[in-house]
Amino acid sequence: MGLNLNFPMHEWALAEAIISAVSKIAEKENLREISEVDLKLGELQQIDVNILKFALSQMKEGKLSNAKFKIKTVKAKFKCRVCNHTWTLRDMKIAEETRELIHFVPEVAHAYARCPKCGSPDFDIIEGRNLWIASVKGVK
Amino acid sequence: MHDPRISIIEERLRDINKVVVVASGKGGVGKSLIASMLALALSKKGFKTGLFDIDFTSPTTHIVLGVSNLQPKEDKGIIPPEIHGIKYMSLVFYIAEKAAPLRGSDLSNVLIELLAVTRWGKLDFLIIDMPPGISDLLLDVLKYVDEACFLVVTTPSKMAFETVRRLLTLLNDLEANVLGVIENMRIRESSYIEDEVKLLGKRFLGAIHFDEEIEDALGDVNTLLKTKFMKELEEIIEKNQGIFH
Repeated sequence: MGLNLNFPMHEWALAEAIISAVSKIAEKENLREISEVDLKLGELQQIDVNILKFALSQMKEGKLSNAKFKIKTVKAKFKCRVCNHTWTLRDMKIAEETRELIHFVPEVAHAYARCPKCGSPDFDIIEGRNLWIASVKGVK
Repeated sequence: MHDPRISIIEERLRDINKVVVVASGKGGVGKSLIASMLALALSKKGFKTGLFDIDFTSPTTHIVLGVSNLQPKEDKGIIPPEIHGIKYMSLVFYIAEKAAPLRGSDLSNVLIELLAVTRWGKLDFLIIDMPPGISDLLLDVLKYVDEACFLVVTTPSKMAFETVRRLLTLLNDLEANVLGVIENMRIRESSYIEDEVKLLGKRFLGAIHFDEEIEDALGDVNTLLKTKFMKELEEIIEKNQGIFH
């Protein structure tokens, strides 16, 4: 699927946040150039990796000009606080419309999903919620 | 491990002149009504105003403003829709009428997410409607919203003020900026709240009397603007110009 660059994207806001966070890390660690940024992407938020990569490539400048962004998706895992059952996103039946809402605010999963075993909404998203920066490599 | 969302919050709030956090600690004192009416009053005066409902499990400001058939737009983030000239954001856009049973860490995540992706643009005022409680979201607002100014709401009840006193003491200990206290739903003349607020060294902004007509006006902004409630709130704004202007 090609990218429709005129289509407004939530991914751009997150890319902006990544650039800002990495710049601050570079400053704090006294890095003069960033070579590699290791990102973990929670499956639950269903970020479009291609759009995120494109947004990052458009925004990177200065110390980040040559940075490579390694993006790894982490499977979403849930654990029920009532019956301790654990399950994955694949085990959940979520309508397409609801997926879009979860894309924006993953916690709204609590409004739409239940533990597949006991039906409780009291579950934790134990893995794969959102994106985070696992490591930043650079030259001092 | 680093959550990149936190790095962008300051940038997202940069063009907002004043963030007014309507808080109480106690539930049922009229925070959401005051937050919504304050947003309407400031907007009416020509100020660019936003309203952010962070009572994520029990949002109600959309009821006051009569929000329906509105959705945020996506443009490199989320652009809050405008209603009655107010830029408006609430989790209600994502949960509709469903219950969202969220624990503390989930509430924090929702706040961080929405602070990180919502593009408010240039505003004179962003009004934040807090949930009741002196817990996660209050601590998160103190942590992530650097320039937060607290507008504290109480009723004349000693029971309400018991919690409000705790909140004011905490805010004082943390050297947070407290604009002052509004006494809402006054039913008989008494200086109890005013005296107590002054004893704590805080500013008593004024009282709003119990308005029997407000319930029927909810959702109808033209009627809300003509209520006794709004008149008294506008008087408080006028009387405390240094705070709201």
